[in-house]
Amino acid sequence: MSAQLVQFLLTGLTVGAIYALVALGFAIIFNASHVINFAQGEFVMIGGMAAAGCVEAGLPLPLAALVAVAGAMLVGLALEKLAVEPARGAPVVTLIIITIGASILLRGLATLVWDKKIHSVPAFSGEAPLKLGGATLLPQTLWVLGATVLTVALLWWFFNRTLTGKAILAVSHNRLAAQLMGISVRRVLLVSFGLSAALGALAGVLIAPISFTSWDVGVMLGLKGFAAAILGGMGSGPGAIIGGLALGLIEALGAGYLSSAYKDVFAFVIILAALIFLPDGLAGRRRSTERV
Amino acid sequence: MASPAAAAPPSASRKGLVALAAAVALLPLALPNNYTYEVAIVVGLNAIVCVGLNLLIGYAGQISLGHAGFFGLGAYGTAILAARYGWPTPASLAASVAAVALLAWAIGRPILRLKGHALAMATLGMGIIVSVVIATEDGYTGGPDGMSVPPLGFAGFVLAGERAWYWVVAGLLVATVWLAQNLIDSPRGRAWRALHGSEVAASAIGIDPARHKLSAFVLSAALAAFAGALTAHYSGFITPAKASFLHSIELVTMVVFGGMASSMGAVVGAAVLTTLPQLLTVFKEFEMVMLGAVLMLTMIFMPQGLVPTLGRALAAARGRPR
Repeated sequence: MSAQLVQFLLTGLTVGAIYALVALGFAIIFNASHVINFAQGEFVMIGGMAAAGCVEAGLPLPLAALVAVAGAMLVGLALEKLAVEPARGAPVVTLIIITIGASILLRGLATLVWDKKIHSVPAFSGEAPLKLGGATLLPQTLWVLGATVLTVALLWWFFNRTLTGKAILAVSHNRLAAQLMGISVRRVLLVSFGLSAALGALAGVLIAPISFTSWDVGVMLGLKGFAAAILGGMGSGPGAIIGGLALGLIEALGAGYLSSAYKDVFAFVIILAALIFLPDGLAGRRRSTERV
Repeated sequence: MASPAAAAPPSASRKGLVALAAAVALLPLALPNNYTYEVAIVVGLNAIVCVGLNLLIGYAGQISLGHAGFFGLGAYGTAILAARYGWPTPASLAASVAAVALLAWAIGRPILRLKGHALAMATLGMGIIVSVVIATEDGYTGGPDGMSVPPLGFAGFVLAGERAWYWVVAGLLVATVWLAQNLIDSPRGRAWRALHGSEVAASAIGIDPARHKLSAFVLSAALAAFAGALTAHYSGFITPAKASFLHSIELVTMVVFGGMASSMGAVVGAAVLTTLPQLLTVFKEFEMVMLGAVLMLTMIFMPQGLVPTLGRALAAARGRPR
């Protein structure tokens, strides 16, 4: 493998891991409520901006990251409690417009709480690049990949080994049956929004040292996360991860070998082709029950 | 798209059309200066897009998150033909709209087989591809900086000035709503509503889903392209922002905000969400927060949208069951 190819693959995997985290957030909320949460990208923005703000205020980096993720989680819980829950029973498309309103609101709040400038978060363990087969590897890349793997493992444990996680799965399988078993659908929705927000914010904190952050980064990252979730098959957990990594790799290879201006076009052409030929996503077969 | 497409009876829609015609005829009395005329014209152009989009979303029950792509293509098509190739503007406008309709037909055939969020993604992807191409092919489009567009005119006559444009756009809007309502009350409109209710049931009674979805898609795309082309000629300048994802979202938001499956809803949604940001500029840095809050609160408390909710409240106040 040429050094150049290794470089593109590394870039693709890094970005892809971030897309995967955002896509997981989409999948969790979609499973619990059938809502496509257009404010998902804003959680990524809040994560990055809050971490940058805390670091600028003098907090040590690990604490700043923790505050950012916890803060975004609170925003996610508030979004569910104040906006989605009061509108329960509304058509799904209305709920989607509510999340669009929330994303505008959150972007506006971000310009008030912080500003319209571009911010950065220091890399977690230095900027000195490592060498890997002729390609350079930023230490932050390892953080992104490591944290993503760890998060996916934790999510697996959460959904398969804890009662709350199983309750969420039960609701996404069959809401009414879950309710009859005594599962509180309200609480499941609340937990799903909190969890998705935390995932988004984590992605935001991880990517901020590489790609910077500002009040409007959420639009594009949210869009890519949505695309990744659909590419993998909406509502599927493994699908979201595969979709995210695939999208990241397509973009990196397309930008590297073909044209950087058209990297989004390659990504979406492939998504269109995938939708037309594999309408259930890369994760495969159509399932009556969907899992995270 | 869960809500049933409960359409108003023909008599009610005719009343709506008369009310709209009266409103646009009387509105100039309340427009003090060129700036307010300008806002009214933009409202009218957006409303034309939304009435078309509402046929697709509100009646046929198919989502599109890419209509700004058609809007942008219509605008850039006529701009490029007129400015770079010297076509007379009526010809460039017509050619541009026809080309977009053809494109929508070609794209719609494969992607309208998709449902729900997959269709949302496919239309969104198509919109993004269009906007990236427009922003990148700067030899034709001027790239991210945009390009200037010749005014609309033919054989010495040029459509210019806010007042002239107002009457043209107002007339076109009333004509579009009239067309839309006639379609809704026609067999084709009933087929759309049947598809919205249940695709399986509709095909069981002999409605071809593919054909009818496609007709709603192509018509809405052509109307978006038409309004886009007019916007380009009216403002004399066009940037890729008009073809962007955010503009697509804005258009869908207008339709849902005003009320799906209601042509008046689409017009009101376009009017409110076009003027609101102008009014909110007095809040300066709070503008975005206010816009988001208004949008959320309206949808939380009026989940069916502005016009259907208010219409029902009005009917209830008169003590007449609907």
